[in-house]
Amino acid sequence: MEWFRRKPQPPPTERKEIPDGLWTKCNSCGEIIYVRELEKSLWVCRKCSYHFRIRPEDYMAILLDEGSFQEYDAGLVSLDPLGFRDSKKYPDRIADARRKTMKNDAVICGIATMAGRQVSFAVMDFSFIGGSMGSVVGEKISRAIERAIDRLIPLVIVSCSGGARMQEGILSLLQMAKTSALLARLAQTKAPYVSILTNPTTAGVMASYASLGDVIIAEPGALLGFAGRRVIEQTIGQKLPDDFQTSEFFMNHGFLDKIVPRPELRSTVSSLLDYMSS
Amino acid sequence: MAAGGYLDFEKPILELEKKIREMKEFASGEEIELSSEIVSLERKLQKLQNEIFSKLSRWQRVQLARHPNRPYTLDYISHIFTDFIELHGDRGYADDKAVVCGFVKLDGQKALVVGQQKGRDTKTKLMRNFGMMHPEGYRKALRLMKTAAHFGVPIFIFIDTPGAYPGLQAEERGQAEAIARNIREMSVLPVPIIITIIGEGASGGALGIGVGDVLLMLENAWYSVISPEGCAAILWRDQAKAPDAAEALKVSAPDLLELKVIDKILPEPTGGAHRNHQLAAQIVKGELLASLAQLKQLSTQELLQRRLDKFRSIGIYDEI
Repeated sequence: MEWFRRKPQPPPTERKEIPDGLWTKCNSCGEIIYVRELEKSLWVCRKCSYHFRIRPEDYMAILLDEGSFQEYDAGLVSLDPLGFRDSKKYPDRIADARRKTMKNDAVICGIATMAGRQVSFAVMDFSFIGGSMGSVVGEKISRAIERAIDRLIPLVIVSCSGGARMQEGILSLLQMAKTSALLARLAQTKAPYVSILTNPTTAGVMASYASLGDVIIAEPGALLGFAGRRVIEQTIGQKLPDDFQTSEFFMNHGFLDKIVPRPELRSTVSSLLDYMSS
Repeated sequence: MAAGGYLDFEKPILELEKKIREMKEFASGEEIELSSEIVSLERKLQKLQNEIFSKLSRWQRVQLARHPNRPYTLDYISHIFTDFIELHGDRGYADDKAVVCGFVKLDGQKALVVGQQKGRDTKTKLMRNFGMMHPEGYRKALRLMKTAAHFGVPIFIFIDTPGAYPGLQAEERGQAEAIARNIREMSVLPVPIIITIIGEGASGGALGIGVGDVLLMLENAWYSVISPEGCAAILWRDQAKAPDAAEALKVSAPDLLELKVIDKILPEPTGGAHRNHQLAAQIVKGELLASLAQLKQLSTQELLQRRLDKFRSIGIYDEI
């Protein structure tokens, strides 16, 4: 849920970090980069290796065999079980997100091949209400896990989320239990699970399926953690180190198997799946 | 919270109780016949109590759940169980005192109890870290739950936490990983797990010891994806809007029963569990006995399938 705190910046739209013009400036080092070149480098700054946030479709292009992806459960849509209203009614928030992203919710799931190997694949979409997990995300991830169990194929999830979706209250929290309970069943099979963490993966998603991979890898410089930075600063009354809750911080404390730059994601995941498949 | 350890909306009740008490003392000392006045005041008190407690707002329930005199895990343990042997530590880093674990007997039946513990005074509040667990607390709980499962001992959980501790070291030691692992492992522990939310059930901090077969909830406890204050700070940009957030999040026991998240609401003594610890514990004990008897009928396979189905079915969405 931490992503809400970072407003007043406008919420990132799907191309917010991916500019329309010919030239753009790196968010990290300020380098002026030719957009075509940035595209070729998979939206990684050539000078400082900053990883721009990219769309779920971009991850599919990077990770999956071309044309192999078959989407499942695209028609799942959120309801408003609590009749939730803050500054906006929840159904309006959902309608806006659907209009803006042309998606029904914050995760895309399906079956695809990676280097010829069939996988159950899920990728989260931060542009849809901060990639937050409500009933739809929880159900779609659960079905993706079940497809891996039923077909005994690897599970690959690319996470990108601020956590559980507050507007569905307790039902969002319990999606953590639903997905994790199914991952316990997956762990009883020989189907491997590779969890890929991208910027940001925090709170309820980090404290459930994102942390439960047989192997957990992250892109460099991603924000990863449980509690929000500001909440922690308020609680302990001190400033936190700059690298706090980055991929590198997570790696140093023993909670990541590997940090993998985007251009190496595809080959690394394929090799890992190779090692973990009979 | 008003000064003196009572809530603002409890004040008229407490004042009337004081008046009755004074009148009784006066009457016995002076040998004056006041019994009809006393009876009428007691009737008035009953009416007032019913009036206030029959229409509690969600926010008032949150305040009751946080009442400084509310029974905590150790109070329930001492009233419900016998032969308590507390067991400590995660065998890796430390003994987190925000969670209490140990073997107990429930009318002679062996069990493990795990519960978050708050303190009553400044010293014990700090020692218990206000009931906010660190990763080593979740790991301690899991270690002992696995031990219990290994020896076929059922598990009773008491939830009462304002959240998993949000601190630098908690992050360094993997708060998210600890909670995720507990949730996954608890879903397949092959013994009955009976959970009672006795006070506050805040988010992942509660869920980290909150996966089981039966979920009971005291009438004035709350359970939510985020604390009302946290939600208010994020969505309303104002912590003072916590009462509105509590309403919007639907955090009360009746809400959760309607959403089919909990199995049963346990009634509290008149005026809230803090008014009568022993009676509150008796009510909880009755349910623990009944739930355990029911779960003991099931084979391990049935138990685990039922537990999976319970969580698998949670969620409300549409398919177009």
